[in-house]
Amino acid sequence: MPKKVVSGNYAAAYAAKHARVEVVAAYPITPQTSIIEKIAEFIANGEVENLQYVPVESEHSAMAACIGASATGARAFTATSAQGLALMHEMLHWAAGARLPIVMVDVNRAMAPPWSVWDDQTDSLSQRDTGWLQFYAENNQEVYDGVLMAFKIAEHEKVNLPVMVVESAFILSHTYDVVDMPEQEEIDEFLPPRKPLYTLTDFENPFSVGALGTPADYYEFRYKIAKAMEEAKKVIKEVGKEYGERFGRDYSQMIELYKTDDAEIVFMGMGSLMGTVKEAVDMLRSEGYKVGAAKVRWFRPFPKEELYELAKNVEGIAVLDRNFSFGQEGILFNESKGVLYNTDAKPIMKNYIVGLGGRDLTVNDVKTIAKNMREIIQKGKLDREIEWYHLKR
Amino acid sequence: MELPADVKKRLTLPFEEHFYAGHTACQGCGASLGLRYVLKAYGGKAIFTIPACCSTIIAGPWPYTALNAPLFHTAFETTGAVISGIEAALKAKGYKVKGEDGIMVVGWAGDGGTADIGLQALSGFLERGHDALYIMYDNEAYMNTGIQRSSSTPYGAWTTNTPGGKRHFIEQRPKKKVIDIVIAHKPAYAATASIAYPEDFMRKLKKAQTIRGPSFIQLFAPCPTGWRSPTDKSIELARLAVQTAYFPLFEYENGKYKINMPSPNKEPKPLEEYLKLQGRFKYMTKEDMEILQEWVLKEWEELKKKAELFG
Repeated sequence: MPKKVVSGNYAAAYAAKHARVEVVAAYPITPQTSIIEKIAEFIANGEVENLQYVPVESEHSAMAACIGASATGARAFTATSAQGLALMHEMLHWAAGARLPIVMVDVNRAMAPPWSVWDDQTDSLSQRDTGWLQFYAENNQEVYDGVLMAFKIAEHEKVNLPVMVVESAFILSHTYDVVDMPEQEEIDEFLPPRKPLYTLTDFENPFSVGALGTPADYYEFRYKIAKAMEEAKKVIKEVGKEYGERFGRDYSQMIELYKTDDAEIVFMGMGSLMGTVKEAVDMLRSEGYKVGAAKVRWFRPFPKEELYELAKNVEGIAVLDRNFSFGQEGILFNESKGVLYNTDAKPIMKNYIVGLGGRDLTVNDVKTIAKNMREIIQKGKLDREIEWYHLKR
Repeated sequence: MELPADVKKRLTLPFEEHFYAGHTACQGCGASLGLRYVLKAYGGKAIFTIPACCSTIIAGPWPYTALNAPLFHTAFETTGAVISGIEAALKAKGYKVKGEDGIMVVGWAGDGGTADIGLQALSGFLERGHDALYIMYDNEAYMNTGIQRSSSTPYGAWTTNTPGGKRHFIEQRPKKKVIDIVIAHKPAYAATASIAYPEDFMRKLKKAQTIRGPSFIQLFAPCPTGWRSPTDKSIELARLAVQTAYFPLFEYENGKYKINMPSPNKEPKPLEEYLKLQGRFKYMTKEDMEILQEWVLKEWEELKKKAELFG
């Protein structure tokens, strides 16, 4: 299996190329830009055929053009970040509502003001209710694998929904690492050409997409998306398992569990910060802490069942949120607590807001959090529900 | 269906209908006539994109469609981008785009969705040079949301957010010249057209089919509901708009302007003839009418000059 030393962004670009995308419509935004630059380079070097590159005038148009392309039957790809994703927001609804399996890489970046180009999950999590599936990558390998799997899942006949693959600004996007890339023939076997649900080229049987849905029908359209999201859980697990069998990296778990079997305390979070957390878990274990890590790979659909299985066997869960929903709490914390409310699993849960706007979360930070969690569990009582961990006082 | 020979001779437009009965346009709707001509021109081998506008409704609610053509309904400001994406996909997949036997990619948007919220996407579509046609059907206001002014609304017009009345709060700005903005992009082809002159419109549609690169047609399409005009006067109004030089017919190709007859070849008819048939101009004073008349003639002289210099 060929290996390449690539940045997270190049991993995304290679995956798009290996997925044989047919239309890329994109607008440059830091730190996403090198994804679309690399794809342009593939075209310039003659490394790809039949790839149309549309250098649009805004992210809103990037998504709109992908929607037009996908509705015409093409495999469409784009990438964005932060303000760009926010500008696309309207069209994210459109892509999901029109049941178009577009794949997009979002490079997690904090929202302005103040201007920031660094890592923060608020941009992608703000798109929670658009009907997109969301996959959070921990490292460059997962960016690559995530994009390839995303197309297969998005285009699955039971799903037909768009997928967002999320990577961290700079921590992954611009950091080089070894990435295994299967041979093109193996990928083609895994990911055959798209068989669209519908295409606008059907002149024998013309129809309209997205017409007015009256109260008599709109509701059912929404239900079908809800159902497809539920179906997507099975598809994600199947595709993740197949990916493991073919390429050696198994993604059949929607929550990746790390040393949780006998863990009393589990750190839960998403994306690149979970690499640090795993490192800290190893160190804490050597110091006698019974800790583990639960990396939520798929935020949408939300892996309720897997979370329940985890929660019923642990005493405390520290939810690390590199995001915040103003007026409430960290978004993953909010979602997780909600899932467990009607179950008999009631671990102590505390929300640590960490690393907003790219501030580092170190192994030592995780160790401090572990100590705090242990005290809470020993007392059987939360000191506070939400802690802004890095806050300067 | 075969027509009797004598009938066939009289037809100057294709006999086939691709715009079905049962659409939900208002009586006397100019836009629906325009859409019917576009479908006739491309014989059902066009892919349509329609943003939020009257035509969203006219085409019919799910599961109906009045168009014998694939149709993608999209968000208000995205026509230019969606047709770009469709064209790119057709090319990636190896379809023939344009030409007699090729696929026409058509964006069909109102003036609000073009002159206002969709202007950026239109600009992107034009400057990138996509092989598609963008048609702006111009009824000079946001008709689908209940007759609010757009930047294509003319000076002096009543709309629901320029309602006239004691304070004389009618539209105070001249009509935005979208076609000039389009031509500034040096597109392959740009033209104005009117539903009162279907042969001229059809010829322009055929032109857009053969020419490489982006094309744009601004189609004048009266709206009796929004213009407060009798429903049987739409064609007459569209004709008067051309004859008064309020909306002259012309085309732009390879840097050259050409005024199309029946635009006035001598003196344009007085604008008042056109204005008095419409309730939307009822708050205009005599002075307002003079302002608008003057503006129309100035623009007309400017167009003639362009045709003379760049003919």
